[in-house]
Amino acid sequence: MAEWIASGTWVEIHRIVLRPGERAPQIPEDTKAVPLEMRVKGFLAEPAALGEEAEIVTSAGRPLRGTLSAVNPAYTHGFGPPIPELSNIGQEVRAILRKPPGAA
Amino acid sequence: MEESYAAIMAQRPEIMRASVGIDYAKYATGLLAFDYERLLTDTGYDIDTVRAVQSAAAVGNTPLVELHHITALIRTIATPGKGARVFVKDEARNPSGSFKDRRASLSIHEAKKRGYAGVVAATSGNYGAAVASQAAKAGLRCMIVQEAFDSQGIAQPEIEEKTRACEAYGAEVMRLSVGPELFYVFLCVLKETGYFNASLYTPYSILGIETLGYEIAVQTQAQAGRLPDVVIATHAGGGNVTGTARGLKKAGAVDTVVVAASVDLSGLHMASDRDFNRKSFTTGHTGFSVPFTTWPDRADVPRNAARSLRYLDRFVTVTQGEVFYATQVLAELEGLERGAAGNTSLAAAFAIARELDEEQIVVVQETEYTGAGKHPIAQLNLAKRMGIELRRGDPRENKPGRRIVIPEHPAQIAVADIDVESLRRLYLQRALESVPAGTVLSDADLTFFADETRTTRTHVEEILHALHRKTG
Repeated sequence: MAEWIASGTWVEIHRIVLRPGERAPQIPEDTKAVPLEMRVKGFLAEPAALGEEAEIVTSAGRPLRGTLSAVNPAYTHGFGPPIPELSNIGQEVRAILRKPPGAA
Repeated sequence: MEESYAAIMAQRPEIMRASVGIDYAKYATGLLAFDYERLLTDTGYDIDTVRAVQSAAAVGNTPLVELHHITALIRTIATPGKGARVFVKDEARNPSGSFKDRRASLSIHEAKKRGYAGVVAATSGNYGAAVASQAAKAGLRCMIVQEAFDSQGIAQPEIEEKTRACEAYGAEVMRLSVGPELFYVFLCVLKETGYFNASLYTPYSILGIETLGYEIAVQTQAQAGRLPDVVIATHAGGGNVTGTARGLKKAGAVDTVVVAASVDLSGLHMASDRDFNRKSFTTGHTGFSVPFTTWPDRADVPRNAARSLRYLDRFVTVTQGEVFYATQVLAELEGLERGAAGNTSLAAAFAIARELDEEQIVVVQETEYTGAGKHPIAQLNLAKRMGIELRRGDPRENKPGRRIVIPEHPAQIAVADIDVESLRRLYLQRALESVPAGTVLSDADLTFFADETRTTRTHVEEILHALHRKTG
């Protein structure tokens, strides 16, 4: 049995806004082949289980329904490893500035 | 979304009128012509009023910083006597970290004055954070609608950071997958909430940027004893170029050359799910600037107050690799770690300052904040993940979506000019396509086109004649 998430928990809901057949006529084929999806975070209005229909109240105070997709979802963006192609630029330009005027 | 795509799109005019409080129809002076200046002046905001509103919101009055080391670096690659002084307007010092606070502050002030309970903006960029920040300060509810992730669920890291920032300011963020139907969702939300449309393209949004051009003129005069010879503005939707140019003129800098600079993303489709995460820039690129220059009214309001073709003296592009290089140089030579998209105009400055005389002044018109996601390292790691080749070399070998080439030497940075006359022709062609074939255009329309293209009626008529259409 799925675990129930308590009301008041910060969650994300997901919903399909437009199915592939409903998409705007002018868009490229690769985009037309996939649905238009929506994800919004808010506080769970009533207890619900992951993957089930749920209602949230958003930060704007608005009720919104969708499928409960995540509980307290993380911000996963960061930096990642340094980029070697950028690492030497500082040394290079400082070396250019150290050269006497007119030197090759 | 309780109503269908077609049903909501059919209600667009009424929803727009209710959400911006401007009856755009009353400014029409011809079939396509409208009174642009009156649309702006009817708001009642002159430059001093805007400055007062922004000062109360802690927006603007950012430092103008002379980039001594970058100027010296440029002079090592210039011929003797050449290499203008380069200054940057450090707009990252605004409350939410970009010049977008100027646009948001006036929109939020107007929304508050008109008694709206909240504001909505459709934006995946810095503007969302700016609207959310200003709304928080004004005590208004805020919703931001973003195009944020592709069909694989991969979020653009820069947009993910913007999601976080907007949520930090207490805004609701509606994140959508790729597609222009974002506008349908946006209209649904405006109708449901009755909130103010804090569009990037209302008169408020453009008047809010005039202070940036104004401050640049005043500060350059005070710090360097002369007005700027060239101001370079990163160009996307046209607001930055339009507002800055108008502000410069209001401060008396009528001879300053305004250069619009964009990152070249040619070949990548802006509505393509596949291309979405193959762009290492989410703004300041040709995917926005070219269509918005030639067709400004494609915006989310009936009449776009950002009309860059009226103001730009020159339009140039730089490559993604050149902008990442300039970003690294700014950090390591000037101690300013700033976001890449805002440094588009800095990359262009390397090439433009090199051709000017030593006593001349180039002002790079903005910086933006940087951080997790919104950083060259994050963007280039995503590029690698998407299979894009990354290497040092000649930036002319850059290929958007396929290969990013970081220059090996500052002398390799160059700008590519976009022919403004070809943009004027595209503008007029688009205008003609928007009316039924055989339509006779009025005197007012032809005069309007002359203003829009910054040419003469005779020139407009010549182009129209060449387009083989009857113009009356």
